[in-house]
Amino acid sequence: MSDPILSVRDLSVVFDVKLQNAWPWTPPLKLHAVSKLSFDLQPGETLGLVGESGSGKSTLARAIIGTIPVTSGDILYKGQSLMKMGAQERRKHRRDVQMVFQDPLAALNPRMTVGDIIAEPLVTHEPHTPRKQVKARVGELMERVGLLPNLINRYPHEFSGGQCQRIGIARALILKPKLMICDEPVSALDVSVQAQVVNLLKDIQKDMGLSMIFIAHDLSVVKHISDRIVVMYLGRPMEIGPAKAVTAMPTHPYTQALIASVPIPDPKAERARTRPVLDGDLPSPLAPPSGCVFRTRCPKVQDVCAGNRPAMEISASEQMAACPFHG
Amino acid sequence: MLLDVSDLTVTFRTNDGPVNAVNGMSFSVDEKETLAIVGESGSGKSQTAFAIMGLLAKNGASTGKVAFDGTDMLGLSPKQLNKMRAQQIAMIFQDPMTSLNPYLRVSDQMAEVLQLHKGMSKRAAVAEAAHMLDAVRIPDAKARITMYPHEFSGGMRQRIMIAMALLCRPRLLIADEPTTALDVTVQAQIMELLAAIRDEFGTAMILITHDLGIVAGSCDKTLVMYGGQIMEQGDTEGLFEHPSHPYTKGLLRAVPRIDRDDDELLTIAGEPPDMSNLPKGCPFMPRCDIVKDQCAVVKPALQFDGGRKRACHADRAEVANV
Repeated sequence: MSDPILSVRDLSVVFDVKLQNAWPWTPPLKLHAVSKLSFDLQPGETLGLVGESGSGKSTLARAIIGTIPVTSGDILYKGQSLMKMGAQERRKHRRDVQMVFQDPLAALNPRMTVGDIIAEPLVTHEPHTPRKQVKARVGELMERVGLLPNLINRYPHEFSGGQCQRIGIARALILKPKLMICDEPVSALDVSVQAQVVNLLKDIQKDMGLSMIFIAHDLSVVKHISDRIVVMYLGRPMEIGPAKAVTAMPTHPYTQALIASVPIPDPKAERARTRPVLDGDLPSPLAPPSGCVFRTRCPKVQDVCAGNRPAMEISASEQMAACPFHG
Repeated sequence: MLLDVSDLTVTFRTNDGPVNAVNGMSFSVDEKETLAIVGESGSGKSQTAFAIMGLLAKNGASTGKVAFDGTDMLGLSPKQLNKMRAQQIAMIFQDPMTSLNPYLRVSDQMAEVLQLHKGMSKRAAVAEAAHMLDAVRIPDAKARITMYPHEFSGGMRQRIMIAMALLCRPRLLIADEPTTALDVTVQAQIMELLAAIRDEFGTAMILITHDLGIVAGSCDKTLVMYGGQIMEQGDTEGLFEHPSHPYTKGLLRAVPRIDRDDDELLTIAGEPPDMSNLPKGCPFMPRCDIVKDQCAVVKPALQFDGGRKRACHADRAEVANV
C-alpha cells in the first residue's frame, strides 16, 4: 500500500466554553469536540464521516484544512505535520486541500459573478495567470460540473440550490486539489437533485484521482459514495471500516443502532425490520460520560464500560470497533 | 370520511404576479388513517396543510373545498376556525424550537390550550398537560414541565409539540416534516411515538415529508406531489412496489438505500420547476423520460387507473418499462 495522503493521529480539538453567568475568574469548561481520533486516508480513496449532530464531523474537517487550531495530536499531510509547516508549505497545503460546504447559497459571495467566484482561488494563488487562460479554465470547469459556460456572468441568486452546489464544486476544483473535503454537500438539496450531485462528485473523484473526505449525517448517501467509513459519536470514533462491511455487518452497538434507524424506502422491507430504537438523547459534550461515551444509551452496556475508554487500533483495510463487546 | 379536500387551489399574490402553489388538489383521509404527502421543496405540500388549517400567509388565498366531517373549513370565521383547530385538527411543525414560545414555561403554553378550549382551571390544565407529556414519554414529566423550551433537546421539544397538539384529543393530526430537523436515531424514536399515539388515541394523520423511507414505514396511503399537483396517489405498498408515474419512479430510484449496493444512482435530470412559471401542460414534462405530444399542452388529469390515481398521459405499461 502506498503512503497515506493524510494521517490523523490522536487528534483532539478542545474548545473553551465560558458559561453565561460564570464568574470572570472561573476557568472555562472544556468541550471536547474531537477526542483522540486517528485514521489514514490513502490517495484516491473516499472516506465517509458519519455521526449525528454534535459528533465533531465538521470540527474535524476544519482542523484538517487548518482553520481550527488543534489542541493535541497531529495531522500529517503527505507525511508532513500541519502544526510544523512554514508559511510557504501552508500555502501549498491550502491549495491542495479544498472544501465544499453545506449551504450552497451561503457559501457563495452574492456580489460576485459565478465566473469570478470559480476563478477566485486561481487568481489568488497564481495572480500572474493571463486573464484569457483563467476564463478558459473557468469555462472548462463549468462544463465539467454540468453548468452551461454562457452563465459565467450570472450571480448566485439566479441559480437553484443544486446549481449553486455545482458552482461550489467547480471553485474547489480549479486549483486541481489532491484532497477534497465535502461537508454535508447534499443535505440541503432535494432528493432528485441530491442524486445528481452525488454522482457528479463520484465521477470527479474517479476522473481526477482525488482523495475525498465526505461528511454527512445520511448514512445511505455516505455508504454509496465512500470506500471506508468512520462512525463518530460525541467526537470519538466508534467504528472504522470498509463502507460495505460497516453498513452490512456493523459490529459496534452504536453503528448497529444508527443503521437500524435509517429508514428504507420499501414498505415491505421497512415493516419487516426489527429495530432497537436508542433511548434518550446525545449527552452534553461538556460533561461526557466516563469511559465509553456511548454507554448511557448502549443496549450492551456493562459495568466495565464506565471505567476505561475502549481503545481502537488503526488499520487501513480492516473493520475496527471501539467496543470490547462488539460483534 | 374525516377530511375531504376537493379541487383545492392556493394562490399567492407576489410582485411578479400570482403564483399557484397548489393546483386543484383532491384527496381524502378516513378516520384513523395515515396519509403521506410526499414531494420536494416547493411542491406545495406544506401550503396544502396550511390551507386546510387556515394558516396561509396574508398574500395567500385558497379556493376549492375542504370538508372536515362535513364542515367546510374554508368558509369558517376566524373564531370558528380557532375552535376547529386544536379540538378537531392539530398540527405539528418542522422546527420544534421556533414553534414553541421561548418566553413561556412549557407548563404555561400547554395549559393555555386547555384553559382556552376546555375551560379548565390552570391547576387541572397543568396536571393534564403533565399527563400528556408522560404519554409522549418525556421522563420525569411532572418536574420538567416547569422548564423553558431551550432547556430541552430537539427531540424532546418535538415530543412537547406532539403532546401539545394532542391535548384536546384532535381527530386529525397534521405533521409537517416532524423529523427533518432531528438526527436519525431521534427520528426513529419520534416515528415510533407517532405510531403508538395513533394506536392509542385513534387519531388520523397526514404526514408531510420528503423522506420516502419514513413514508414506507408508517403510512397507509401515499400521495406524491410535484409542481403543486398530485402526480400519483394510492396505497403505500403498491405505490412503492409498482410506481406508475415517471416522477414517482424516478424519485424512488434516486434515493440511495442502506440495504442495497447500487453502483450508480439513477437521477432525474434537470431542476425542480419554477412555480411562478410552470409549463402549460404537465409540470414534470421538462424532466420526464416519456414525453408525448400532449404533455406540453394538456395538463394530465388525475384519474383512477388500476387501483390508484395517477396523472400521466403515458399508460401504465409504458411507465413500467422505462
